[in-house]
Amino acid sequence: MPQLSTKHLLGIKQITAEDIQLIFETADKFKEVINRPIKKVPSLRDVTVANLFFENSTRTRISFELAEKRLSADVVNFSASSSSVKKGETLLDTVNNILSMKVDMVVMRHPAPGAPTFLSKHIDASIINAGDGTHEHPTQALLDAFSMREQLGDLKGKKVAIFGDIQHSRVALSNIFCLKKLGAHVKVCGPPTLIPKHIDSLGVEVEYDVRKTLEWCDVANILRIQLERQDIKYFPSIREYAQTFGINKQMLDDLKKEIIIMHPGPINRGVELTSEVADSKHSIILKQVENGVAIRMAILYLLAEKRKV
Amino acid sequence: MEQDRVILSGKRFALTLDRLCHQIIENHGDFSNTCLIGVQVRGVKFANRIYQNLSQILDRTDLEYGKLDVTFYRDDFRRREDPLAASSTEIDFLVEDKNVVLIDDVLYSGRTIRAALDALQHYGRPRKVELVSLVDRRFNRHLPIQPDYLGITVDAVEEAYVKVEWEEEHGKDRILFFPKSKNEI
Repeated sequence: MPQLSTKHLLGIKQITAEDIQLIFETADKFKEVINRPIKKVPSLRDVTVANLFFENSTRTRISFELAEKRLSADVVNFSASSSSVKKGETLLDTVNNILSMKVDMVVMRHPAPGAPTFLSKHIDASIINAGDGTHEHPTQALLDAFSMREQLGDLKGKKVAIFGDIQHSRVALSNIFCLKKLGAHVKVCGPPTLIPKHIDSLGVEVEYDVRKTLEWCDVANILRIQLERQDIKYFPSIREYAQTFGINKQMLDDLKKEIIIMHPGPINRGVELTSEVADSKHSIILKQVENGVAIRMAILYLLAEKRKV
Repeated sequence: MEQDRVILSGKRFALTLDRLCHQIIENHGDFSNTCLIGVQVRGVKFANRIYQNLSQILDRTDLEYGKLDVTFYRDDFRRREDPLAASSTEIDFLVEDKNVVLIDDVLYSGRTIRAALDALQHYGRPRKVELVSLVDRRFNRHLPIQPDYLGITVDAVEEAYVKVEWEEEHGKDRILFFPKSKNEI
């Protein structure tokens, strides 16, 4: 049977299309598991996982913890706000201290791009990137593509538009890598100030008109404005952004076709999309969250398999 | 290189299948509280046949039949060289308080059946579990597990390999015996 080509999941850039398919096929099986009356399997009973969150998270953190527990792994949680990081400890020291307590896998979210890659060069545990600054968020991209595949089948040739703050979004970058590897067409849409220069070198198209982009796409993946990462003002006001780039029900009604609405959360209702859109029948936002657990179980399982006893 | 040997085929193979079905009927009567569960992947091919034969003999189409994948319950995860691919589990009924007839083709170390018993608990608490094996390699057991219904017994050294082939897949129903493991052939 095929195996993952990598020991860590640092980003989608480093994995192959075959890896992605293997993760999807394994996640299909775990989706069946999490819909059973008893949602637990014993596969990772001799594996210890540390969840290191140096940055806030609700969904990703709960999703990883549930995935680990449903695989019967032992779990330790750590958050930067309540730890010795505040006392001046370096990242490597913090992690090495945790690893000396015999941890096999590390799930890490960190505000610095490349932090998981740096760690992977210094420690023996398998590392899963749960978001590193504005760089990558591979598990989000995988669960997004998995959710699209569930709705549309094979993604080859499908049209996916990513709306919003492309510049500061790790979800956008990971999604672009993932969708391109699966053969989908990708367009990004947002204010020119929030679209990185040379993004076309990744093989994506750029469009500034929301209606035109909606008309073009099969799937609209709508992102949040990452105010916490913006050092300067990139647009005049939230109100103006909502009026120019926000998606409302009327826009969807005006389309000649049905499209799928996605959002990685947290949603800012009334900014990037209205409540009506978020709660409409087009929206698969909550399905994405459900699939997140299955995808993370698949990744943990496949990476654990690479660590022989 | 030693050649493989056919140890069961043709009429005798069909008779063995028939006998197993009749033995199951003898113990389960009208199957009112009984379900059949095949163990993925190879056991399911055998279980399909048992299910079809039973349906035919009893002239019914309503027997409860499921497929159970035990990959996530195996005790050799992270310990075997080549990882195993998971298959799907298709059990759309609860096994709570039912008589379960577990079906697998070759009973060897008993570890697959141990995993299956573990996996089965997740669908309820069965009243009773019985095991049907087409082939029993009784001298190679690692765990205290025995079949309740048995096709044939094969006494062989650990290195030997037994393979069951099915008409749907290989053109003929037969059981092959290789004196050396398939990796060495």
